[in-house]
Amino acid sequence: MNDHEEDAMSGEDGSVGPALHAPEIDAALLAELVAYLREHRPELREAWVERITEAQLLRVMSSEEVFSEMTAVYDNYVDALETGSVETLRAYARSLSERIIHRGVETHEVLGIVLLLRDVLARALFIHHQGDPELLNRVLDAYEPAANRIAVTVGVSFVDERERVIRDQQAAIRELSTPVLQVRGRLLILPIIGVLDSQRARQLTEQLLSAIQANRAKVVVIDITGVASIDVTVANHLVQTVEASRLMGASAILTGLSSGIAQTLVDLGVDLGSMRTVGDLQGGLEEAERLLGYRVIQEGDPVLAPQT
Amino acid sequence: MADEDVTVLIATDADIVVARGEGRALAGRLGFSRTDATLIATAISEIGRNILVHAGAGEVRVGRAGDDHRVAIVVVARDEGPGIHDVKRALEEGYATGGGLGLGLPGSRRLMDEFDIETKLGHGTTVTMSKWRERDRHAVVRDAPDRDG
Amino acid sequence: MPVPILKQGDYLIASIQSALIDSEVLELRDDLADRIGRYRSQGIIIDVAALDVIDSFVARSLRNIARTARLRGAVTIIVGIQPDVAVAMVQFRLNLEWLQTALDLEEALAMLDRHTRERDRDGG
Repeated sequence: MNDHEEDAMSGEDGSVGPALHAPEIDAALLAELVAYLREHRPELREAWVERITEAQLLRVMSSEEVFSEMTAVYDNYVDALETGSVETLRAYARSLSERIIHRGVETHEVLGIVLLLRDVLARALFIHHQGDPELLNRVLDAYEPAANRIAVTVGVSFVDERERVIRDQQAAIRELSTPVLQVRGRLLILPIIGVLDSQRARQLTEQLLSAIQANRAKVVVIDITGVASIDVTVANHLVQTVEASRLMGASAILTGLSSGIAQTLVDLGVDLGSMRTVGDLQGGLEEAERLLGYRVIQEGDPVLAPQT
Repeated sequence: MADEDVTVLIATDADIVVARGEGRALAGRLGFSRTDATLIATAISEIGRNILVHAGAGEVRVGRAGDDHRVAIVVVARDEGPGIHDVKRALEEGYATGGGLGLGLPGSRRLMDEFDIETKLGHGTTVTMSKWRERDRHAVVRDAPDRDG
Repeated sequence: MPVPILKQGDYLIASIQSALIDSEVLELRDDLADRIGRYRSQGIIIDVAALDVIDSFVARSLRNIARTARLRGAVTIIVGIQPDVAVAMVQFRLNLEWLQTALDLEEALAMLDRHTRERDRDGG
């Protein structure tokens, strides 16, 4: 394996910035800070939950759920402050995210509650040390970077989990989507609608080629009227799909190529040369009919022409 | 790489068939799609033939890499042949030696995700190539943003 | 084991059963060349449905066979390329312009018939 992989696998994924504790942090100060937050957990947690309710966050959860989850968040938060490690926190944040994403909790709510906790605790420390500005400064110096790091960790964990869920959903949708329609025996139409990315393009290719085989198709019409835009990677996939279809004995016609997409492809240098393209689906179907009735070995065929 | 690795000695063209069969079988076990398994087998076939044509003999080892969430198949093809004189040219399209199309290296690279050649004139060549499972590709690309997509 | 070659009217059909080693490829080429000459065949169909990999060696070999056939006046059609093999061949960017394909035997025979008719009509 090359270096990239080793780094990606041994390093902390999602790690952002320096460690929680700068070397100058007073260990005794930190311990005292943590002890204070633990000792006053009941009232600080209550203040926090009040702020959460005021801000109308986590409304999809019942008050018992909020109480129970927020207690866990509080404890994990303070633990992270104490140990300087975000590992446990990240693991907890992931499992929390897994639970609440399906309930419909949004990103801004998760960031919101963490920031509110940061604020509630900061304010408590402020009030506790307000008689001693110099000590207060040192306490906040210790607290602030750690608290910010925690907020980022929880936020990123939530977003990561959310992205994972979305990807899983997209995969499921891809599985169900885009049937290859059979029309009149030897002609297939593949209408592509929506966003076309590499993974979907690969899936469509597999579906199409299987359908060619199953239906003994001679002509396929790939219609991209419903596709808003494609990039060069996907365009190349389409070209490859057409070529692979040919290897299986089917001619392919690409229809619905908007002038916008056509221009993009020209600009990107994608060679559509050998592909038959027709402006709209109807025209494509007519062309297909012609091809169906008329597939012969062309004169001037490379096989018949002198070999170089 | 670990003890689940399989090594096939390449000395005849029948061995190439065995090597790619092992590659395909491992790809299947690791959950690669049928299409990907064929891409992997084809790359192994190409590289295996390179070994035969240019070095006479060598070995192909297939194994897995990654962790629970990101699985890759890794193929290491090694020979003690003459080495490749100009790797850059050999990786370009249309480079021909040994009276063939000479498409072995660039073609194999196109079939796989990662491709590495180590060669020393008079000592031999080692080609290491790997492919990630389709479902894991997103995570791999995200965690290594400077990698080619 | 040599590749079985069937004669069907003016055409020859070769069904590749499994991966061929070098000597078998040469044998196939020579067998076909011989029979084309003997029967004055107009076309040959090579069925590769059993091949799970078509790499540059196989592609080269098929091209050589097609060349040899052409020198003796016969057209070559490859049938039975599997979907995943087709994807690999295209992604690999093998030079395939010379390759004439059909989905299966039935299609290939229909194509050859049309081709033969046209050739005869054009005063072949």
